[in-house]
Amino acid sequence: MNNIGIVVFPGTNCDHDVQSVLTRVLNINAELVWHTKSVAKYDAIIIPGGFSYGDRLRAGVIASRSPIIAEIKRMAGDGLPVLGICNGFQILIECGLLPGALVTNSALSFICRWTSVEVLSIRTPFTCQFQKNQKIRIPIAHGEGRYLANTQIMKELINKNRIILRYHEDDPNGSSGLIAGVSNEEGNVLGIMPHPERASETILVPDRSSNEAVTIFHSLLAYLSKKFEYY
Amino acid sequence: MSTLSDRELRFLTRELRRTPNQLEKDIVGAEWSEHCSYKSSKKFIKLLPSMGCRVVRGPGYDAGVLDMGNDHVLTIHIESHNHPSSIEPYGGAATGVGGVIRDILAMGTRPIALFDALRFGHIIGDAGNIKSSSRSKWLLRNAVRGIADYGNCVGVPTVGGEVEFDSSFEDYCLIDVAAIGFARRDALVSNAADVGDLLVLVGNPTGRDGIRGASFASTKLDTDDRSAVQIPDPFLEKLLVEATLEAIEKRCVKALKDLGGGGLACCLSEASSDLRKGFDVELQPLHVTNKSMLPSEIMISESQERMLFIIDKLESQNLKSILNKYEIQYSIIGKVIEGYDLIIRFNGKILAHMPSYLVSHAPLIQRKTKYPQYLRRLKKSFATPKTPKDLNRAILLMLSNPTIASKGWIYQQYDSEVGIRTVIKPGQGDSSVLKLENGKYVSMKLDGNSKQCYLNPYQGTLGCLSEACRNVICTGGAPIAIVDHLQFGAPENPEVFWGFKQSVRALMQYCTFTKIPVVGGKVSLYNETQKGPIKPSPIIGAVGLIDKEEWITDSALKPQDSIYIIGSTDNELGGSEYYEYYHHVVGGEVPDVNFSVDKANGDVVSRLIRRGLVNCAHDCSKGGLGVALAEMAIQGGVGFEVNLGQVPNRCSSVDNLLFSETNSRYVIGTRQPALAEKALSRTDSVMFAHIGYATQGKSSVRFTIGKDETIIDIPVKELIQSFEVLNRLMDNR
Repeated sequence: MNNIGIVVFPGTNCDHDVQSVLTRVLNINAELVWHTKSVAKYDAIIIPGGFSYGDRLRAGVIASRSPIIAEIKRMAGDGLPVLGICNGFQILIECGLLPGALVTNSALSFICRWTSVEVLSIRTPFTCQFQKNQKIRIPIAHGEGRYLANTQIMKELINKNRIILRYHEDDPNGSSGLIAGVSNEEGNVLGIMPHPERASETILVPDRSSNEAVTIFHSLLAYLSKKFEYY
Repeated sequence: MSTLSDRELRFLTRELRRTPNQLEKDIVGAEWSEHCSYKSSKKFIKLLPSMGCRVVRGPGYDAGVLDMGNDHVLTIHIESHNHPSSIEPYGGAATGVGGVIRDILAMGTRPIALFDALRFGHIIGDAGNIKSSSRSKWLLRNAVRGIADYGNCVGVPTVGGEVEFDSSFEDYCLIDVAAIGFARRDALVSNAADVGDLLVLVGNPTGRDGIRGASFASTKLDTDDRSAVQIPDPFLEKLLVEATLEAIEKRCVKALKDLGGGGLACCLSEASSDLRKGFDVELQPLHVTNKSMLPSEIMISESQERMLFIIDKLESQNLKSILNKYEIQYSIIGKVIEGYDLIIRFNGKILAHMPSYLVSHAPLIQRKTKYPQYLRRLKKSFATPKTPKDLNRAILLMLSNPTIASKGWIYQQYDSEVGIRTVIKPGQGDSSVLKLENGKYVSMKLDGNSKQCYLNPYQGTLGCLSEACRNVICTGGAPIAIVDHLQFGAPENPEVFWGFKQSVRALMQYCTFTKIPVVGGKVSLYNETQKGPIKPSPIIGAVGLIDKEEWITDSALKPQDSIYIIGSTDNELGGSEYYEYYHHVVGGEVPDVNFSVDKANGDVVSRLIRRGLVNCAHDCSKGGLGVALAEMAIQGGVGFEVNLGQVPNRCSSVDNLLFSETNSRYVIGTRQPALAEKALSRTDSVMFAHIGYATQGKSSVRFTIGKDETIIDIPVKELIQSFEVLNRLMDNR
């Protein structure tokens, strides 16, 4: 059975939430991995949200220098699925696995609220079970979630369909191109600002309407179990 | 400088049978401050009913403990950080959050949610009042940011709260923070110690921050005393939470105590006294920020993010490996000994040696009371204001009153979702609802009403109690416990202390009648500035239990709901937002609470919810029926038509009917009016009426009276525009 490693840095605080959703809602093995240990044995890696090292200096920057990151980079290079959520996305950018920058929200304050995102590409292990252009309800909670990139990177992201999630009819943080999530060129490394683990059960969705965000984890499961071809 | 009074020093000398040295005076001075010792309030607080079938541990511990069924417990605690926040709102509010989290942690439970009740001066300035309102805005902005930065970083969601603006808080602010924790019952720390056990101080190095903070908080605010303010480190707090919970899980902790007001002095004397054991403490190995610190500075420093662990000697390796994993500093500072004394050494030399019980039990003080002069004056000068001609404008103004307006700007800065349990989120219902691992749900709300408590502290406090319980009931919960935080001015002032006693009397009577126990509380006195005391500000927290998911109810009106009111409306506008904000009038009759009506109305609403007949529920409180209905329309994004002529009332005018803050009233929306009405009529004493319905398509709210005479007709869009005023006012962009 597949086993997912959830990386825990000092200060990470969404680790239990992600594990709870994977094990309780999706019935997948998922283990918390303290940052001094190895992730070598896992079939996929999730870097959850929170405040690694208290967001000191800059969100994600200290964790991105941690030895476990070298191992994650190696495994990502071999095609292993790696998902960074919120602070995990910030870490993936700081360590160079994803391009661009995440800076302070345009409102200059932390923002926690529900929004909608559109799934622009289903050619990643985390989105392969969505319909293209599907809109999903999902919450955000971040102080530094404004995605910025220079024109060259933006062009590359657009041309290679690497913008995976885009805020839909909403601009919560001032991100360029309303970007909520981007992937690497191969698609196996994905960073997203919204929190799918917080929208995976209907009881937690404001109008109890739909928990479509859970499809991010279902996609990973489908990809891992069938080696689903997404490209 | 000792903070002990001459009388206290004489008492201490007599009990010790010798003259205390300076260090001993400093230790006792910290512990005997009003803030730590409750010397003015203790004998009244002790009278509050604290027993109940769900109470595992009542007041007197770091947090109250409630049995939530299926071998799980909920812990709850409330704190304030008013003095430091009024000088340095960011650090003051943040360290307040840290303190209450550690109180929950000290019981052995994981903190799962935070709540904040905030009070500031007016943030909208009249022409002559610009300076004070900009200071209030500065306090609000930074206190909220302090709470957000701390709670968000620690990973405990801030899920609910309440805010009031009033001129009595000018140049001051009240920052109340409550927290709840949840755990399996067997995780509770037993708090027992044996001779030979080790005392380990874990966390932040002790530094010169927060020196004499407790004494500072026990006098009138002196804004120059900045060294009494503590410095927050939420990252360390997060590590402390995880390390402590891991140590508890591995069973290497025998007792835990948080370090808060009064620092080591209070922590060690209280722990030693509670455990009925002696402590032999050596300060030399303690990790400090500055090696030149004097023993007395070390003892009374209020450096944050510190916990005292009491462990079996054999467990020290296990604890060390956990603390090393999280890279948390610690020092073994002594051991548990025979006897009941607290011994403080430095390099082996005994510097202080006193019975712990003596240190932790200040001699109580008798305070005088007197009926306040200002109430007589207000009674004489009060004149009923005139009914406004334009009620459309009145209702829009009421919605744009910052006390009533949307608090989105505040709660969107708080991570309210971390922990994946927040079912009723901020702004969605009358109270916050969280999912628990035992299959049940907890509903919790904080309420306060300084304006009413100023005019009548007894009825005002009853109103807060009733309101907090109503809010919990509206979400589908049954209130099972109360926590209180009683905030007043200086107790030496007999008029202030009269208000305090009235407030305690209200708590005692309400909780005795309803059989809802008080499981925790705090008293904060000396809340005054040069301008005088704050208005009496008891904050009440109600905790409710919801057994089934289907019972969870929000307050958003839905299309085609039939709207019912439960409870009758009286001319009770004393201290109402309508009198004070719209008319600038202080005075009048404060709403009273009829215990049996309050209970009957609450019971019937609970019954309707459990029978699945309620689509949305909202209580009538600040702003009265008019505001309650408008809020439901705003939340649901739908309009309504309500005939005020149907509302059971004894009001002398239509504006009174709209804005009176009579207690024990609920507004509900239902899709099954016939069944609901049948259930409502079953209890004779319950007054209720079908007053209107939610409209579909047409999104405006319309109030009529008599034979279809329209007195208010406003598009919901315009209501929202007014309701968003605070968010616009505080936006950084």
